[in-house]
Amino acid sequence: MADGAELETADAATEARLGAAKAPKGGFTAAARDDAAARLRAMGLPGRRDEYWRYTSPAPFNAPDAEPLPIAHSSPDSPLFRDIDALSLVFIDGRFEPGMSDKPGMEGVEISTLAEADKSGDHWAAEYYGALEKAGQKHVARPFAALNTATARDGVLIRVTGRPARPIHIIHHRQSEDDDVVCHHVIVVEPGAALTLLETGMAGARSNAMVEADVKAGGALHLISAHRAGYQRLALSHIFARVAEKALFKAFTLSVNGTVMRHEGVIEMVGDDGIAHIAAAVLGDGDRGPFHHDDTVFITHDAENCESRQVFKKVLKNGATGVFQGKILVQPGAQKTDGYQISQALLLDEDSQFLAKPELEIYADDVQCSHGSTTGAIDETALFYLRSRGVPRDRAIVLMVLSFLADALEEIDDETLRAQVSDRLEAWLTRRAKI
Amino acid sequence: MCPLGGANGDAMLKIDNLHVKLEDEDKAILKGLSLDVPAGEVHAIMGPNGSGKSTLAYVLSGRDGYEVTEGSAALEGQDLLEMEPEQRASAGLFLAFQYPVEIPGVGNMTFLRTAVNAQRKARGEEELSSGDFLREVREKAKALQIDPEMLKRPVNVGFSGGEKKRNEILQMAMLSPKMCVLDETDSGLDVDAMRLVSDGVNALRGEGRSFLVITHYQRLLDHIKPDVVHIMADGRIVKSGGPELALEVEQNGYADILAEVG
Repeated sequence: MADGAELETADAATEARLGAAKAPKGGFTAAARDDAAARLRAMGLPGRRDEYWRYTSPAPFNAPDAEPLPIAHSSPDSPLFRDIDALSLVFIDGRFEPGMSDKPGMEGVEISTLAEADKSGDHWAAEYYGALEKAGQKHVARPFAALNTATARDGVLIRVTGRPARPIHIIHHRQSEDDDVVCHHVIVVEPGAALTLLETGMAGARSNAMVEADVKAGGALHLISAHRAGYQRLALSHIFARVAEKALFKAFTLSVNGTVMRHEGVIEMVGDDGIAHIAAAVLGDGDRGPFHHDDTVFITHDAENCESRQVFKKVLKNGATGVFQGKILVQPGAQKTDGYQISQALLLDEDSQFLAKPELEIYADDVQCSHGSTTGAIDETALFYLRSRGVPRDRAIVLMVLSFLADALEEIDDETLRAQVSDRLEAWLTRRAKI
Repeated sequence: MCPLGGANGDAMLKIDNLHVKLEDEDKAILKGLSLDVPAGEVHAIMGPNGSGKSTLAYVLSGRDGYEVTEGSAALEGQDLLEMEPEQRASAGLFLAFQYPVEIPGVGNMTFLRTAVNAQRKARGEEELSSGDFLREVREKAKALQIDPEMLKRPVNVGFSGGEKKRNEILQMAMLSPKMCVLDETDSGLDVDAMRLVSDGVNALRGEGRSFLVITHYQRLLDHIKPDVVHIMADGRIVKSGGPELALEVEQNGYADILAEVG
């Protein structure tokens, strides 16, 4: 038990963190922000003693201010998805930049931006902002999510009412070296509507990002995000999704490089026959400093005949660390649940490590749940097979890594998008093939 | 020296007094194996289990885990043992695997094209255009009765035993090697599949291309007629002869021959 002095220190740390974040006052979000700040004060910031933070140190995210991070002006790759015909919304240092964006309107979708909308006390998003986050705190404390709701500066608020012809693409750029970005998106997919949302680029020296997604009956939402290479990047993110009857939710994340990244996915199946998939492909190379990547997923089945699928693949080298904590909770009455979870790491050397904690908690008797976790090296037999056909060793390793990641990439339904992600991975791997 | 090995100057493959042991234990497997395969000839190696046949195939193609302690192996006069596996392939050596490897997530077509172009590049040739490549692969796949769908699937994943072996021959046809080593290509094949695979191999005979066909049984040699048959035992070639030697093995087993050569 913490004594009085420790509690006082902890409270002071939380206040310092909240204070430094300079929360906007909020219009329609004011009540939700106050509520979230109260939640955060009650939970406190996480420490290493918290079971949920056992494999990842929260220290860099607990610090009140972000360490400055130089802006890299050159990247060997052209930005991902730039040639996809999409409605672009550009953010600079986590703030919407209308001058660089497309006009935020298209048939079948209503778009506002948080900072602008929050000037008013009335908005359709008022009943959603912070609500899914709050619900997602039920089983496990997620202090940084509460911090996000309390202090978010900008983001998009999207209500999907139809089936827009193009995806929406949120693009992040950096201009300030020490920006501590807090972005908060709310996506509501009305019954039968569908949207693909792309998010790319790097926001901030440190970022805390959130998506609250409410997918209503028969709706479909595809989220595909690619975190741009930034070697000293500190990034936290949360996805809170609520999936209604016959709705489809799919999230795929590509992560390359970064110092400490923690991505939490919290999904609740609330209507029968819903489908939720969450997947990630991660490439970590510790050659230019530490690499630590943590995917933490919590899927709750609270309805019948739903399917959930978690596919996480990490390729690690030069002392990189990968973490996966994944849980499937099947509530009483959630019969015919089909839950699947796989987390795999491909270690390209003996210095890298993968820490995995798969969990199943099941309170219904007619369910099918499986989980698997593997850690392995390149299959030497397959490598020899490729080389015996004339494929040089470096190239053979690239093919083997792509082969390893294939199951995660398969979670991107759109073939063009999948091919672009695959090409990007291939280019990155080819540049760094020599191990 | 084997009598029919032909110590002439134009040997495609020349193996001389090859001694090989496992890298991590002191167990000799090849114990002074010598063998010449002249250009354009088909040689068969037969031998009982454990005689070192597969080891020979792996050592020639450069698989890790073996240590050559003595002797040499050369392809058209180039020292094979100094080369990486991919260099051996580009130099014209091809090994048809006894157990072709499954590679999930890598399309068969991508794999074939990567291999063909990697070899062309290594030899300083221009890469094949996708049009030319597609045309060639479709034509060759058709001859081997390979379903175009199989070309789209990941390498060997979910293929039957026969499909895997046909896929090996397709790779061989696409890569046009000079020296083909077939490691128990007949294992796991029914009569029809064996005929199909043999026809594929026979279609590649000629043009100075040489074959080393490793097998337990004579039946494959009914389809792929060898010029010379070698009997291997305990890490050496103990007897060489014409195709009739294979029939002798078929009728009497290896015991008689092994007793005869001491």
